[in-house]
Amino acid sequence: MKDFIHIKGISKLFGDFVAVDNVDLEIARGELFSILGGSGCGKTTLLRMLAGFEVPSSGTIEIDGTDVTHQAPYDRPVNMMFQSYAIFPHMDVAKNIAYGLRKEGVAKQEIDKRVGEMLELVQLVDFRNRKPEQLSGGQRQRVALARALIKQPKVLLLDEPLAALDKKLREQTQFELMNIQDELGITFVVVTHDQEEAMTLSSRIAVMNEGRFKQVGTPKEIYEFPHNRFVADFIGTINTFEAVVTVVNEDGIEAYSDEAGETLSALGRQLIEVGQNIEVAVRPEKIFISKEKPEEAGDVCIEGVVDDLGYLGNRSLYRVRLNSGKMVQVSSQNRRRSITRFLEWEDKVWISWRPRSAVVLLD
Amino acid sequence: MTANAKNDETWRRVAVAVPYLWLFVFFLAPFAIVFKISLADPVIAQPPFTASFDEQGNLAASADSFRFLLTDKLYVITYLRSVLMAGGATILCLALGFPMAYGIARSNPATRNLLLLLIVLPFWISFLLRVYAWMGLMNNHGVINNFLMWLGAIDKPIQFMYTDFAVFVGLAYSYLPFMILPLYASLERMDLSLVEAAQDLGATRTRAFWDVTWPLARAGVIAGCLLVFIPAMGEYVIPYLLGGPESLLIGRVLFDEFFVNRDWPLASAVAIILLLLLVVPIVVLQRYQARDQESAA
Repeated sequence: MKDFIHIKGISKLFGDFVAVDNVDLEIARGELFSILGGSGCGKTTLLRMLAGFEVPSSGTIEIDGTDVTHQAPYDRPVNMMFQSYAIFPHMDVAKNIAYGLRKEGVAKQEIDKRVGEMLELVQLVDFRNRKPEQLSGGQRQRVALARALIKQPKVLLLDEPLAALDKKLREQTQFELMNIQDELGITFVVVTHDQEEAMTLSSRIAVMNEGRFKQVGTPKEIYEFPHNRFVADFIGTINTFEAVVTVVNEDGIEAYSDEAGETLSALGRQLIEVGQNIEVAVRPEKIFISKEKPEEAGDVCIEGVVDDLGYLGNRSLYRVRLNSGKMVQVSSQNRRRSITRFLEWEDKVWISWRPRSAVVLLD
Repeated sequence: MTANAKNDETWRRVAVAVPYLWLFVFFLAPFAIVFKISLADPVIAQPPFTASFDEQGNLAASADSFRFLLTDKLYVITYLRSVLMAGGATILCLALGFPMAYGIARSNPATRNLLLLLIVLPFWISFLLRVYAWMGLMNNHGVINNFLMWLGAIDKPIQFMYTDFAVFVGLAYSYLPFMILPLYASLERMDLSLVEAAQDLGATRTRAFWDVTWPLARAGVIAGCLLVFIPAMGEYVIPYLLGGPESLLIGRVLFDEFFVNRDWPLASAVAIILLLLLVVPIVVLQRYQARDQESAA
């Protein structure tokens, strides 16, 4: 069932400000779905509407076939993990985790049993009677997670779940989150500004800007086939060439670019016409760099000069200046160990890529 | 290096000594004097009490004043009335102050500063003047009675002035800011997402208030209640100006014993018992809070 969560034409206005602008979305049961965007893009507002803390200005939200648009937070089959974790400072770990069940009026024995299970799940069995101020950031995060999961919600909402942790812990916790999600099969909706986090965690991602979704897809689709300039820029780095379409065929298009000084071909998309202004985009790691002109037939080959280079250990970054003055970023794996540099500043080089590596960006 | 450390040490001692010296000179020493007077006998002389040692150098202390206080019904009743009055005013201040403090803490920053200014604004006018203003409001031809008569709700003035009601209103009005400010301080620090978390986990708004907001505001509630209750207990001006002759409160008894009856030992004893009435619950409360913090640590 694709539409376990079904958001239909949701908008939210704060005065004149449109925080969320007519968004449609379907999320399947058991998905780990991320909403990715910069601050103020409306992602948190969208999450708060799912939780019930904001009432949409228009549109409806259905969860598992039930319209919850106007349900109060305490009536929804949804729980949330807050960015600040919002752990009750006057209750110990066990009381925090038990809170949701106590409000439900579950019998004490049952509560004890389920709190025990949760503590085991998040590996905090020995911390049962600790007060929140005695916990580290990572432990607090796990208390918050256990507290939100104990009611076995249909959907768990996570607001920047890892932002408060340091880098090492973040990576470790990412995998823990994924394991827990996998084990329980609960649908997770994560809000994050961290593209790496979204890429590793999610089954699907929605990239959001100015209250709208710019693209919804799997991490791979979003990275390899960005639909527009915003998504391409937001996720990773990308080189873009302004071009005018000259040929449209079944496989794709060809377009002449002044910046590249070449005709570039790319995998096409529908709705492109000859004469249209587009951008052809290539990721830095898809570009080969060499001193001699590569012989590969059909590849795009452009001559340039190394303007800047940086050694990052596992790979090297180059900035290549083309004849038009256009700068192109190239990232290349350092496959061989070598003390001397393979390329120096101001070396004449060729950059090349396979047409299938390039994508067309509209707007 | 050592000279420096020594210098630091000296300054540290000075810094600690100053408040102790202050407390000694202006609190402990006067208290000792009052305590000494409370153990003397009244005489018509200058000063109006007997010395602590007779001519032979023997200690001449008597607990007569205390004995008299605790056996005379008038004093016991007055103490009780004061506790009730001050307690009632404290509860009224809490009931009025909590929603106000909550509203201020949750308003946007610009409005918040304005509202806080309005809370503090009455302090710019003399306390006495503000109490007099209440006389103008509450007397038989005052604003409130005139308004009610003009409305036709009543046909003869209601007696507000010189009643316990007037004292009660005066106390609550005067001490309300002392309740609001500490409450505001504790509510303003509170993370709003805690309340949302409670609601998210199944608590209604009311339930979330009692489960989260109230316990987290407890420090502010206790501070506010003490700041209102303690001065209200010893209040002299408000009962004197707004209260009737029979609405005796301990502050007025204290004044009358000193300046009208000139029975200094008895007045001192009244003051000592008042102090005990206030200090004992505070110490118990602090013990309780300290234990609370210890178990948390």
